[in-house]
Amino acid sequence: MTTPPDTGTPAGTPAPAEAGALRSVRSVVRERRKAALLRFWAGYRRQPAGMAGLVGMAVIVVLALAAPLITDSAGLDVTQATGDRLQPPSAAFPLGTDETGRSVLLLTLWGARISLLVGVTATLLAMGIGTLVGIAAGHFGGWFTGLLMRVTDWFIVLPRLVLAIALAAVLGPSLTTIVVAIGVTSWPGTARLIRAQTLAVEARPYLERARALGAGHWHQMTRHVLPNVMPLVLASTTLEVASAVLAEATLSFLGLGDPARVSWGSMLSRANSSGAVTFGAWWYLLTPGLAILVVVLCFTLCGRALEAVFNPRLRGR
Amino acid sequence: MSMDPSLVAESPGAASKSSDGSSVSSGGGHSGSAAAGRGFAKYALAKLGGAAVSLLMVVFSAFFLFRVLGGDPVDALTRDVPTTPAERAALRHRLGLDQPLSLQFVHYLQGVLTGDLGQSYQYQQPVTSLIGARLGATVLLTGTALVLAVSLGLWIGTRAGWRQGSRFDKVQVGVSLTLWSAPTFWFGMIVIMAFGRYLGLFPVNGMVSPYTPDGFWPQALDTLHHLVLPVLTMTAVIYAQYVLVMRSSILDEKDADYLVTARAKGLRDDDVRRRHAVPNALLPTVTLVFLQLGGVVGGAILTETVFSWPGLGLLAYQALRIPDLPLLQGTFLFFSTAVILANTAADVVYRFLDPRVRHS
Repeated sequence: MTTPPDTGTPAGTPAPAEAGALRSVRSVVRERRKAALLRFWAGYRRQPAGMAGLVGMAVIVVLALAAPLITDSAGLDVTQATGDRLQPPSAAFPLGTDETGRSVLLLTLWGARISLLVGVTATLLAMGIGTLVGIAAGHFGGWFTGLLMRVTDWFIVLPRLVLAIALAAVLGPSLTTIVVAIGVTSWPGTARLIRAQTLAVEARPYLERARALGAGHWHQMTRHVLPNVMPLVLASTTLEVASAVLAEATLSFLGLGDPARVSWGSMLSRANSSGAVTFGAWWYLLTPGLAILVVVLCFTLCGRALEAVFNPRLRGR
Repeated sequence: MSMDPSLVAESPGAASKSSDGSSVSSGGGHSGSAAAGRGFAKYALAKLGGAAVSLLMVVFSAFFLFRVLGGDPVDALTRDVPTTPAERAALRHRLGLDQPLSLQFVHYLQGVLTGDLGQSYQYQQPVTSLIGARLGATVLLTGTALVLAVSLGLWIGTRAGWRQGSRFDKVQVGVSLTLWSAPTFWFGMIVIMAFGRYLGLFPVNGMVSPYTPDGFWPQALDTLHHLVLPVLTMTAVIYAQYVLVMRSSILDEKDADYLVTARAKGLRDDDVRRRHAVPNALLPTVTLVFLQLGGVVGGAILTETVFSWPGLGLLAYQALRIPDLPLLQGTFLFFSTAVILANTAADVVYRFLDPRVRHS
């Protein structure tokens, strides 16, 4: 995470070794990492939209983590609901109640946990597949790469939601299903990006040196290629969380999520099926929808800012 | 479920452009264009071959998904109905599920090739005719929304990119990112509540009203009236990515030498933009627009579900609720095939339109 885009060219990094006695490799590396991190932070801070996204993201994550501390989970139980059906916002229920009399505010806070959990897990799955395929396709050549890229292109062209729906429908509604459906359908963009970056890294002289010294494929890929593509993976990950949260909401809305768990998507699904729209229960609709929108927007802003920092060609866009 | 708009800098169009050099002038003369023609035929054949492989993969994966992963359709069918083992066996036999998997696969392939996608569980009708009956409604909705979204997106994107950093640019990028972050179905529900329930301006359900007088004009006006809100929803959610793509594309062109030349000739800024920058920025954008058709299909499913628009998306949703596996498989095959064919057509046409790619 902390590696700068080009650790391979140490020309730009400070060389503190001259100052005193000999230093261990480890401390030099640590020094360099720290400098790179500071440089990265200085670059990121110049992105106002990215900073706004970061702050928003932090607030939401803290709220989601703190939900058990600041609220009572008993309110999630339908049988213990204390409010009336679809009650407008009041002092007791600041954001109104749902069709069973539960507090919408409480549901939204707890829903954040599932929505974010699914978003992050599905993204990790997608990133894992994408990075693996991308590096392998960039590192090896020949028919193997041809095959990998053929499969990647196929996944890119195919309508993602249609594939995810088909997958989720045959696996049956559950949380795992949603994670798998999103992960399996959203890796190809990353794979392409990583492959392009891998090709660029592979052309650098130090990898030739590693090869000449007898480094194996695995060593080359994990020690030299991976650290260099990591910044891009990070930027891509942040953007991917945004679309994974959207995808979770979409699949839950279509009824493919775990019916027993509250997520923002399942809240909207219930709002729709319980007639909240025709009843005019705007509070029931607005809150989870805005929550999704804000989270997706925050992650998107962060991802764009990261890209601008790592990829100077995009700077100022 | 759309592509990330911020990844547009890695667009295939941008990549091919940087590698072309000054190839526009290299294809002159008779022998040159003949060679280019041969090259084009070869290219088109390669693309068609690729599409054929993709289609085969779709056909295979549909079988794998629904027959191998999908578990027992009999369970799904008899979920709410008490059945005896004999009844289940009879059902299994009728659906051909008692045959070995390899034989089922042969039958499935024969079916796909002859346009027979099986019988829908819930409608008791052939899947193909169900899809055929719903196709028109989807084409009307997505076609209108796509034309609006693309023209709006390209127009705003051009202006925003041309005046990068201006107030207009900042506002438009902000609006685009916000709309892109909104879930389609949620936006649709908000639209229904605002325009349907509170303002009562437009119908929010279906495609036609039950008591519309016969005749072309009353029917057409009624459909148009029903079309407004779904189209508004779909357009609002998908136009954002075209804004970002086109803006990025214009930014790539903005510093090009030919624009300096055009300005040095004394052309007005508007003319430089319209006659020089936009045509060049448009081509890579067109490819991306087609690449993102998959996202449009997703938007159609959600919009049709929320507005009960009687198209393929609603059909897929209804199949999902049962789950009606043959119907789901049919819509999966149909959507995937349509998107693959559209993409291939875009690739071939793009090569034909852009001389820089043609001659390189």
